[in-house]
Amino acid sequence: MIKIHQFEAIVVGGGGAGLYAALALSQAKVQTAVLSKLYPTRSHTGAAQGGIGAALANKEEDRPEWHMFDTVKGSDYLADQDAVEILCKEAVTTVYELEHLGLPFNRTQDGRIDQRRFGGHTKEFGKGPVQRACFAADRTGHMILQTLYQQCIKNEVKFFDEFHVVDLIIEEQICRGVIAYSIETGELHIFHAKAVLFATGGSGRMFKITSNAHALTGDGMAIALRNKIPLEDMEFFQFHPTGIYKMGILLTEACRGEGGILRNKNGERFMERYAPNIKDLAPRDIVSRCIYLEVRDGRGIDGKDYVHLDLTHLGKEVIEKKLPDITDFVRTYMGLDPVKDLIPIQPTAHYSMGGIPTNVNAEVVWDEKNSVLKGFYAAGECACVSVHGGNRLGTNSLVDILVFGRRAGLSMAEYCKKTEFSPLPSNPQTKIQAQIEQFKSKSNGEKISTLRQELQETMMDLVGVFRTEAGLKKAQEKVRELKKRFQNISLSDKSQVFNSELLDALELGNLITLSLVTIASALAREESRGAHYREDYPKRNDQNWLKHTLATLSEIGVELKYKNVVIKNFQPQERKY
Amino acid sequence: MIKVHLKIQRYNPEKDSKPYFKDYAVECEPTDRVLDALLAIKGTLDGSLTLRKSCGHGVCGSDGMRINGRNMLACKVLIKNVSQPIVVEPLKGFKIVKDLVVDMKQFFEKYVAVKPYLINQETSPEKERLQSQKQQERFEDTTKCILCACCTTACPSFWSDPNYAGPASIVQAHRFIFDSRDQGGEERLNLLNQKEGVWRCRTIFNCVEACPRDINITKAIGEIKKDLLFKKI
Ligand SMILES: Cc1cc2nc3c(=O)[nH]c(=O)nc-3n(C[C@H](O)[C@H](O)[C@H](O)COP(=O)(O)OP(=O)(O)OC[C@H]3O[C@@H](n4cnc5c(N)ncnc54)[C@H](O)[C@@H]3O)c2cc1C
Ligand code: FES
Repeated sequence: MIKIHQFEAIVVGGGGAGLYAALALSQAKVQTAVLSKLYPTRSHTGAAQGGIGAALANKEEDRPEWHMFDTVKGSDYLADQDAVEILCKEAVTTVYELEHLGLPFNRTQDGRIDQRRFGGHTKEFGKGPVQRACFAADRTGHMILQTLYQQCIKNEVKFFDEFHVVDLIIEEQICRGVIAYSIETGELHIFHAKAVLFATGGSGRMFKITSNAHALTGDGMAIALRNKIPLEDMEFFQFHPTGIYKMGILLTEACRGEGGILRNKNGERFMERYAPNIKDLAPRDIVSRCIYLEVRDGRGIDGKDYVHLDLTHLGKEVIEKKLPDITDFVRTYMGLDPVKDLIPIQPTAHYSMGGIPTNVNAEVVWDEKNSVLKGFYAAGECACVSVHGGNRLGTNSLVDILVFGRRAGLSMAEYCKKTEFSPLPSNPQTKIQAQIEQFKSKSNGEKISTLRQELQETMMDLVGVFRTEAGLKKAQEKVRELKKRFQNISLSDKSQVFNSELLDALELGNLITLSLVTIASALAREESRGAHYREDYPKRNDQNWLKHTLATLSEIGVELKYKNVVIKNFQPQERKY
Repeated sequence: MIKVHLKIQRYNPEKDSKPYFKDYAVECEPTDRVLDALLAIKGTLDGSLTLRKSCGHGVCGSDGMRINGRNMLACKVLIKNVSQPIVVEPLKGFKIVKDLVVDMKQFFEKYVAVKPYLINQETSPEKERLQSQKQQERFEDTTKCILCACCTTACPSFWSDPNYAGPASIVQAHRFIFDSRDQGGEERLNLLNQKEGVWRCRTIFNCVEACPRDINITKAIGEIKKDLLFKKI
């Protein structure tokens, strides 16, 4: 017998977005449960390092309007400016609220929240760098995740840990709950709800070199897609310039915020040539491209595909006090000491700007006219509001997950109070059950790890920082082939208890689906904007492409539609730094 | 690439009456993590090998396990730094769910018991509460905890008395007791003053050695003991 639970609100995901929503819901006295495939404190929000952006002006003059300008310019004018306005204004109150909840921020001399520089953050609409990133050493995300989890415990939020959500229940355009797989017992559970939030994080595991956790397989986005909901702007995937060479482990932009610089094989500070004004603190899409260009022109270190991050001039005190964790990573994984050694780095797949389309109240919208799908919400990295447009600025994801996580909680609470439960359809689990049984029944098929590796290599080589029509078509063909072969995978683990191989299979299926959508969206967009760079169309083309992509999946493949960008105060301009 | 030999404790409750060891050999780089070797085994030799993992770089606390007899995160130790065969076992003292996965429920219950959240009844100011750098540094070390359980399951006092609160939850209590903004110190100290509290600690230092975040746990426990003896209670 399948277990059925009933809660007014279900939050899927225990990262920053999910926990802040759950906190808002519990404060509004809505009966809520959080479902998470990881223990919440294992979520990748805990890996965020450098900081959370808010114009507190604790170190120098700063204003939310400047933050808005930087965010819009950083997005290459693809962000929706109504959402950006909310983001930058509510960032300030959000950071104060985190402090009130107990977050141990670093402090200034006079005891206020300390702030530092970050890429693309400027004063007076681009005049020069500003100290806007609020931080707790280089473990800001860890502190946010811990603080929110602590507060959820205090508010007695109900958690279903290690419950892997496998499907949504939607009928007649109303979301009625989710289906989840209990990892420990191998049973399916139905969660009947009035409102469901997806806060399932990113999908960086599409790529070979990534800063993302093994668990970041885009489950929420893929489930939405399978339920006929489009995904917005999936061609925009951010590569962070400073991943540890070959491993992809992130070395925060705060390294450069604190004064670190990038050098090529001649020891040259090459960013001076590309962004004379803000140099190493140019936004990530630009810096990542510059690293590739340096390598292409033969200025990679030892002729290889990496350059150096140089922190040696910062001094032991700054490095060990303000960047202790990344110092530990460099020592542990590379056997180098950032106090005296140059660090080999290469761009690493980092952040999905695209995701499930929502409005500013985190309600999922399913068409070009922004029609709301009742009862279904999304927030955090799996969602696309869109505040990041074509390229996210550093420190803006932590703001995004919290501002829109809380907004999700508040709007769900309001919705739950005025809505009754819609009845469940009979046996909504049939499809997923059949899929699971199919996986388990096959033997001597293809191995999950082989397919995953081929997928990740294809995406890295052909759908990364630089893209061309020929490359994207080749990738498309390859991923279509992988999709076919996926039907033929088999598991060696047939057991019920903690069958992580089965989860690997489900996750791989999600990655394949998302890769197809990413490639199709990238192939269609014949221009270069933000993180999407087409060598065959190197210029931004506002006339044809100042619009959001909406990709849906059907029997015949990926279908693309487009919707308008919301432009308010900041008219598109050429993007120079 | 080199051949890496591992000896891994296996247990599937649906098949096995008790845990047993199995030998494996996989190709890896010496600079790979032990986690990479385990995943290579899972990917190429035996898909049923079961472990938890997520971040891959020592910040999420998923993959605490015994490696050559010492508690570590498999993602934070490189193959070239451990002797072979690499003996891998689940954390000791918890019920084994399957292979290297242990039941963490009791661990999290103990965590919740120390009230691991800021207690402060005053209305919040409009902006941030002030806290000096010195006040922040007072408890910074214990804020680093990632709840991986490497410390608690390395502690002989915990092995002999599973009801002992254990170093991890004491670390969490310390994080709040010494935060200038917190007012729940006394409640927590009372809890830790009980039979299963800090006095079970015999200062063996296993926890400090096991902590992948380099938290000076014994010092934190000592500070709480000192507080109990001389100050608050
Ligand atoms: C190394 C690193 C450093 C970063 N540093 C910064 C920074 O300094 N500043 C900044 O602004 N941003 C930073 N970012 C980005 C930012 O951390 C993330 O975008 C953000 O934390 C995502 O939060 P989230 O709540 O959306 O998702 P996550 O924290 O990833 O949480 C996802 C949750 O969903 C759950 N989940 C997923 N799938 C399922 C499923 N099928 N069923 C059930 N549960 C599921 C997971 O268990 C998890 O709890 C960084 C990112 C990385 C990788
Ligand atoms: S996988 Fe996250 S700590 Fe090892």
